Amino acid sequence: MSNEKHHIVPYRTYIFVLLALIVLTFISIAITHIELADYTVAGALILASVKTFLVLTFFMHLKFDKPYMRIMVGFVLAVFLAVIIITFLDYYYR
Amino acid sequence: MEQTMIHHDSHYDPEASKIGMWLFIFTELLLFGGLFIIYSVYRFMNPDAFHLAAKELDTTIGAINTIILLVSSMTVAMATSAIQNKNIKLTQILLGITVVLAIVFLVNKYFEWSAKFDHGIFPGSEHLINDMSKGEILFFGLYFVMTGLHALHIIIGMAFIIFVMVFVAKKKVHPERYALLENSGLYWHLVDVIWIFLFPLFYLIT
Repeated sequence: MSNEKHHIVPYRTYIFVLLALIVLTFISIAITHIELADYTVAGALILASVKTFLVLTFFMHLKFDKPYMRIMVGFVLAVFLAVIIITFLDYYYR
Repeated sequence: MEQTMIHHDSHYDPEASKIGMWLFIFTELLLFGGLFIIYSVYRFMNPDAFHLAAKELDTTIGAINTIILLVSSMTVAMATSAIQNKNIKLTQILLGITVVLAIVFLVNKYFEWSAKFDHGIFPGSEHLINDMSKGEILFFGLYFVMTGLHALHIIIGMAFIIFVMVFVAKKKVHPERYALLENSGLYWHLVDVIWIFLFPLFYLIT
């Protein structure tokens, strides 16, 4: 186990990811200040999802982990998404 | 026999530790996920009240806290690289910065909540019950529960990282055995991800 080579992520990568996250934060603040009605919520949530993807991939090392880890996380997120969709199908068609 | 007596390292399996941490993170997702679903359903049912109530929140303080958490997430991620590079001093500095940023986040939260309390907005306050609609009461109820629960996670994550710093100082966490450090990082990133969703839902979408 200890002989296994681990991927060491360079500091540079983290700085780039942080900059991307900060830019996305400012974009989400900017777009919610314009009145886009229903699209505001969608836009903010899409940007939050992109930020989450970056955090999961780089900060949480999923990019460098074995593939089954990604499958596990992806599966749980898919289940959560399904619960949201089913809940809203219920409320929307009441 | 003598050989096995000398070899007294306890069992160490970083991959299993990591899977355990991820499973725990999934349970946290269910906890906050449930709250997010409650929030979205009530928002769907009371769109105008949520719109009105969200205007009470300070976007600037929310944005500052977002940046603070993003930077702290980066420093804790860097700490893992630092210990892999066998740079113990840098590891401790990066973890220290993370803890300081966590404290700054909590101080901001304190001022933010104090301002709300001064305006008479807190769970069960007279102003809330007498002057506000049901939807607004729901919004502020969810606001206090969700940001409060998140702040509790910040405190736990901070304690976890301080714990790891002590272990690094005692050389119980070292370049050959750093799963604990990595797991504290995973927990901290979870706290960051939750805030990534809390910020737009409460502060931005008005």
